[in-house]
Amino acid sequence: MQTLYDKIWADHCVGERSDGQSLLYIDRHLLHEVTSPQAFAGLRLAGRELWRRQANLATPDHNVPTDNRAAGVAGIKDPVAKEQVVTLDENCRRHRVTQFDIRDVRQGIVHVVGPEQGATLPGMTIVCGDSHTSTHGAFAALAQGIGTSEVEHVMATQCLAQSKAKNMAVRVAGVLPPGVYAKDLALALIGRIGTAGASGHTIEYLGAAVQGLSMEGRMTLCNLSIEAGARAGLVAVDEATLEYVHGRPFAPKGELWDAAESFWRGLVSDAEASFDREANLDASALAPQVTWGTSPEMVAGVDGCTPNPAQAGDALQADGMQRALAYMGLAAEQPIVDIRLDRVFIGSCTNARLEDLRVAAQVVDGRRVAANVKQALVVPGSGLVKRAAEAEGLADVFVKAGFEWRAPGCSMCLGMNPDRLLPGEHCASTSNRNFEGRQGYGGRTHLVSPAMAAAAAVAGRFIDVRELL
Amino acid sequence: MRAFQVEAGLVAPMDRANVDTDQIIPKQFLKSIKRTGFGDNLFDAWRFLDEGDIGVTPNERRINHDFVLNQPRYQGARVLLARHNFGCGSSREHAVWALMEYGFVAVIAPSFADIFFENCFKNGLLPIVLDEVTVSDLFVRVQQEEGFALTVDLLRQRIVQPDGGEIAFEVAPMRRRKLLEGLDDIGLTLAQAERIRAFEAQHLARCPWLAAEGAAPSGADA
Repeated sequence: MQTLYDKIWADHCVGERSDGQSLLYIDRHLLHEVTSPQAFAGLRLAGRELWRRQANLATPDHNVPTDNRAAGVAGIKDPVAKEQVVTLDENCRRHRVTQFDIRDVRQGIVHVVGPEQGATLPGMTIVCGDSHTSTHGAFAALAQGIGTSEVEHVMATQCLAQSKAKNMAVRVAGVLPPGVYAKDLALALIGRIGTAGASGHTIEYLGAAVQGLSMEGRMTLCNLSIEAGARAGLVAVDEATLEYVHGRPFAPKGELWDAAESFWRGLVSDAEASFDREANLDASALAPQVTWGTSPEMVAGVDGCTPNPAQAGDALQADGMQRALAYMGLAAEQPIVDIRLDRVFIGSCTNARLEDLRVAAQVVDGRRVAANVKQALVVPGSGLVKRAAEAEGLADVFVKAGFEWRAPGCSMCLGMNPDRLLPGEHCASTSNRNFEGRQGYGGRTHLVSPAMAAAAAVAGRFIDVRELL
Repeated sequence: MRAFQVEAGLVAPMDRANVDTDQIIPKQFLKSIKRTGFGDNLFDAWRFLDEGDIGVTPNERRINHDFVLNQPRYQGARVLLARHNFGCGSSREHAVWALMEYGFVAVIAPSFADIFFENCFKNGLLPIVLDEVTVSDLFVRVQQEEGFALTVDLLRQRIVQPDGGEIAFEVAPMRRRKLLEGLDDIGLTLAQAERIRAFEAQHLARCPWLAAEGAAPSGADA
């Protein structure tokens, strides 16, 4: 009896190295400008070549500007950021790696681009020098974030040397209520088990609520696995998976598709497979979630309040809460709906796909961004998402409401490009990390779903989006 | 990679849980294409009272004298004592590079985030997992005794305290050997190149759709 993780692991396990670590064969290696240059340099210094060039796919995303894109690389004002993007161009040219460069309409956030292109396929092992690689697990692909040394290792050997993780099942019963999304489910899970709750484990998401999610929703859920401590999260293959993948540019066609499809249908955990750990949630009981602190586990329902450190489990936790409340400029037991926003960010590898933009646009339609919100940004996950959203009128809805409609990239999720918070500003953000300074020095991030971010933009403070639907 | 056998040094306490890699090295420093130059910006937003950027030296900054690593008694620290889930969040290996360049050779904590833990071993920074109680005891001692130093002996897997007391720790045998000898990870794997090639041929024959080139690159279209 095997779990889905056991199966993918077994399918890719080359064997053991002399030091006892397993070698896991890697099917797809996604590259971006920030964590690859040192790896390419290492390869060059050692006189090594890419083991399998075709396994690699690159796009710049972390520090590309989201405006003035017609100018290409010349539009990057920051000379250090520009050098990094140019270095990726050069490395891809030298090693003949397919790259969707800054001027290519297919450029975007690497975790949006992979699935969109069908470069992410079920049953694959996928790595990228970015922790949110867990996103691709939505396709029953074993997808893990790796460090730069591992990036170089995969470039040179097509393998990852690692020990197998344990299996964890997250079972989600019920149906998500209207106005409650995969993002809320993921945040509620992290609130429950903590940011180290799944350390050392690969999560498989199971249950009716997970099966009921679109592929976009599953990507959001798997994306946040790393915020629960898991390097990888998985959802089994079903009709939704196959339907999404079919016809994508990198997906197999004709007879190859038929062979692949029958193989992929086996990518589910055996009914009697056992897991080392389990967590259970009921989707129907969930409210929209809002983080109040500086770790994704510091989260409450929109109908809730910030906690009182006096009621923390121990001194270390109380200290952590106190520090977070102080950083966020919030009081203990403050209602979430009293938090006023300075900026709103709809974007990131967590929530910048077409479905996310549709939901947000639906909330925004016919309304205006509140006067106290200085900036509301929409940053599509890829050039193709941007184009599709424009074609169906979503961009117009956002712009009419007072949002800025930008070009694709990671943008304000981590503020490596010019899109940043100023010290003390509160931001309703659809991204994945509310760490201190993440979105800008001294900035205060509240993680929410796209619907909740849109509602916050029009209300100027957090409100339950269900009041607007 | 740097070999690690026996290292000794002053201990500095980082008394907070879930220290994420965004704190260890903030994003603005990740634009560098080098592996060096991160030590001056370790814990940048905590160490300094102003916002840092690439190319601005510590002399030009406003120091946060309250921050633990800025206290005179912890200058030259080589061992960092931390709380659970140290290194969570972003996969940036720059966090490990920054800690090492600052001068740390080992980090002691009750638990580490998976990717950070892996990144440590790739560079020769030793992450040591000890139980919560032992770590809490060490926090008390480091705060009480100025100049509290530890010897970390990877050969014997023992931490030796100033009074001679020893604390046992474990490092997986494969990781330990690599650290002790400073082995090149890629070289170790390439010793199996034949086997990888054979596996690959079989794997791609079984799943031929993985061997396809995919979409060809096209020109500018934005």
